[in-house]
Amino acid sequence: MVTLVLPRLAARAEQRFQRAAAVTGRNVTAARHFGYWWVLVSGFFEPVLYLLSIGVGVGALIKSFTLPDGRVIPYAAFVAPAMLAASAMNGALAETTMNFFGKMKYLRLYDGVLATPVKPFEIALGELMWALVRGSIYSVAFLGLMVAMGLTSAGWALVALPATVIVGLAFGGMGMAIATYVRSWQDFDYIMVVQFALFLFSGTFAPAGSYPLVMQIVVQLTPLYHGVELLRGLTTGVLGWGLLGHTAYLIAFASIGLAIASRRMAVLLYK
Amino acid sequence: MAHPTYAVFEHQLVSYRRVWRGSVLSSFLLPVLFLLAMGLTVGGYVDRGGGLGVRYLDFIAPGLLASTALQVAAGEATWPVHAGFVWHRMYHGMRATPVRIPDMVRGHIMYILLRVALSAVGFLVVMALFGAVHSAWAPAALPVAVLVGLATAAPIFAYSATISTDGMFAVLFRFAVVPMTLFAGVFFPVDSLPLAARALAYVSPLWHGVELTRAATLGTPTAWGGWAHVSFLVMWSVAGYLLAVHRFSRRLAD
Amino acid sequence: MVLRKSLADLSYPRVRVLDVSAAEPLIAAHGLVKRFGDFTAVAGIDVDVRAGEAFGFLGPNGAGKSSTMRMIGCVSAPSGGTLRILGMDPVRDGPAIRARLGVCPQQDSLDQDITVRENLTVYARYFGISRRQARQRADELLEFVQLTERANDKVEPLSGGMKRRLTIARALVNDPAIVLLDEPTTGLDPQARHLVWERLFQLKQRGVTLVLTTHYMDEAEQLCDRLVVMDGGRIGAEGSPRQLIERYATREVVELRFSDATLDSYLGKLEGIGERLELLPDRILLYADDGDLAVAAVHERQLRPSSVLVRRSTLEDVFLHLTGRTLVD
Ligand SMILES: Nc1ncnc2c1ncn2[C@@H]1O[C@H](COP(=O)(O)OP(=O)(O)OP(=O)(O)O)[C@@H](O)[C@H]1O
Ligand SMILES: [Mg+2]
Repeated sequence: MVTLVLPRLAARAEQRFQRAAAVTGRNVTAARHFGYWWVLVSGFFEPVLYLLSIGVGVGALIKSFTLPDGRVIPYAAFVAPAMLAASAMNGALAETTMNFFGKMKYLRLYDGVLATPVKPFEIALGELMWALVRGSIYSVAFLGLMVAMGLTSAGWALVALPATVIVGLAFGGMGMAIATYVRSWQDFDYIMVVQFALFLFSGTFAPAGSYPLVMQIVVQLTPLYHGVELLRGLTTGVLGWGLLGHTAYLIAFASIGLAIASRRMAVLLYK
Repeated sequence: MAHPTYAVFEHQLVSYRRVWRGSVLSSFLLPVLFLLAMGLTVGGYVDRGGGLGVRYLDFIAPGLLASTALQVAAGEATWPVHAGFVWHRMYHGMRATPVRIPDMVRGHIMYILLRVALSAVGFLVVMALFGAVHSAWAPAALPVAVLVGLATAAPIFAYSATISTDGMFAVLFRFAVVPMTLFAGVFFPVDSLPLAARALAYVSPLWHGVELTRAATLGTPTAWGGWAHVSFLVMWSVAGYLLAVHRFSRRLAD
Repeated sequence: MVLRKSLADLSYPRVRVLDVSAAEPLIAAHGLVKRFGDFTAVAGIDVDVRAGEAFGFLGPNGAGKSSTMRMIGCVSAPSGGTLRILGMDPVRDGPAIRARLGVCPQQDSLDQDITVRENLTVYARYFGISRRQARQRADELLEFVQLTERANDKVEPLSGGMKRRLTIARALVNDPAIVLLDEPTTGLDPQARHLVWERLFQLKQRGVTLVLTTHYMDEAEQLCDRLVVMDGGRIGAEGSPRQLIERYATREVVELRFSDATLDSYLGKLEGIGERLELLPDRILLYADDGDLAVAAVHERQLRPSSVLVRRSTLEDVFLHLTGRTLVD
């Protein structure tokens, strides 16, 4: 019985993956065109600029930076993992909110795809894989820079890389779910404000422990905080059971997002 | 009959009525959040060092005011202009009327400056509430913000009229707007930058705006003297405007 | 090359397919309903499409043609009735059915970010076609719709007719058993229309089953073996173009225009000539098997029309008779 069912399940999973990969493949094809390539490359610079400005520039104004637990580290080493997490978030959200919405509503790209055997869940998966591919390229480059600047070691950078994929997954899944509720471009103003607030207040530029108490509690509910803490723990080499908790939170967040997204897409597209 | 420039301005106002809610968020709330995050939390650490001579919050608040002017100008001079050429082709529609190309550019920029002024007033009020205003010259920060808006919106108009896909705006933001925001003296003095980067900061319109705004709200002198900074911003405005009219004519010629 | 081969494959078992079709049609709809909220777009239609035939839905705007096509394309779930396609259930077996359909939707949904050729290769991948085969297939199809020269251009600058042809090529990329074409030529100039017709005709000859919608009479007459006239979500009549004309119109029609007074005042005066009169805003149609005889009869009654036109009747007349309205406004 098992010997019969398992290969069938595996074959179905493989077929699903192949269809999702076809959706990803479309994006790779589009990315090869000139204008788009520039956009992709420029995406790498934003977190680097923040790191240099806030981490190094403002860091120079901070004579000594003491964490709430008493450790003293360079301010740049504190900010860098946060920028890494934020860049994973921004990369995933850019692809899965704006671009995804544009493809669905304006380019009507998926209307064509749905006439093929590809299912909404596979479209969602394919887009998410693309967001992760793109985000991972940025993460690799940024981690390389951190190693070069002496902000982490090569070993920890290797460990941190899969963690950035988890952060991307969490935001990518949720981004897509949110995009299915967006009515027009104006709604992105709201998404952007939330995204920016997360960017600023997730223990990014100052330890969350230094926030007022109410804010600390709110912040601990939000996903970027967990991404920042996870990556900060890894790149500064401070391990603890807490990191598993952050990881679990992020994975749960991703699954919920993806489940909502594929259900909503079926509703929107199969009219 | 109203002047065609004013007609273009009015056209923009009509569309603004539909989208003002979202724009209040992005043009007012974002800088305030920045002020809170940096001024209050990071500020605690910076002030312990005490290297700036003023509270960190007081230091970055005027910088953020000037950078708000840049953000609003950049946001309004990019996608909406591209849309006017490519998506809803508003400019093509206008060209079929007595409206001339300089009218289009001026009318649209006038509207952007109004938006800049509104955001600047809002931000200045928030600054006052946080006790970050320390000089009777503070109201002078408003015309400075408008001037920064003009000095950045005008050249960006030229850029927007030149590019063919809107993807290129990401490039503009990442290679011009964001670096300016981060390195033109808003968050830390440009003196600590390496020489080449400092030279770029000096060329950027934002740095001059930051200097003037900071002088206005703190009552401190500027780096090069007020008129030097103002002249620099005027230069950017005039050159940008001429270039924009030129690029618009080119774009609408075919 | 592969295209020709696969088409040969298709035409070879054709006889067999026709045998099977006697048992079950490729598309079988019974009492098919589509509702959007309270609004009923398709109000219970019965349709059977057999293998190898070209089947048309003819109807004015809002008739429910596209809604029906979307249900057949398995991207819109029926609200009532039964629908079976290729012997399968569209709700349960959607992906398996879609794998064997080619769809040309009413509005082109081409990918503007990539080139003409990439539109075909990328689309082929959705069907699980290998990269190498996709490239080969794309080149053949570009040849087929005469877009080879534009292969490496972006989609946006193409003319409407070229985009339409590309959409049709895209619908053929998986070598489908059934091709669904929703208004394949609307908005095209006469030359472009004829090119599309020619290509669709070739497909039909190769044994591909075509299902198309149109509100052009000439298109329906040119392409369809069998068609249904749809209006307000219902089917008014069904048959081959010739059968419908024979059943719902006369052999010829006389179009009369009068420059003076109101047209309806002439209705009484024309009474009894031909089989039937139809009043339009700008002219009166007089249905008769012999148009010239009817014209003579008009002149006998001392009526002086400002213009007289005798023509063979068309599906337009069928439609007018069935619904009391003209088809193209
Ligand atoms: N998604 C939808 N939601 C609500 N109503 C719809 C939807 N799609 C179609 N309708 C309505 O159903 C009716 C039939 O539409 P349909 O598109 O099937 O007509 P059609 O025969 O294809 O017309 P046309 O020739 O204009 O393409 C119309 O009244 C239309 O407004
Ligand atoms: Mg239709």
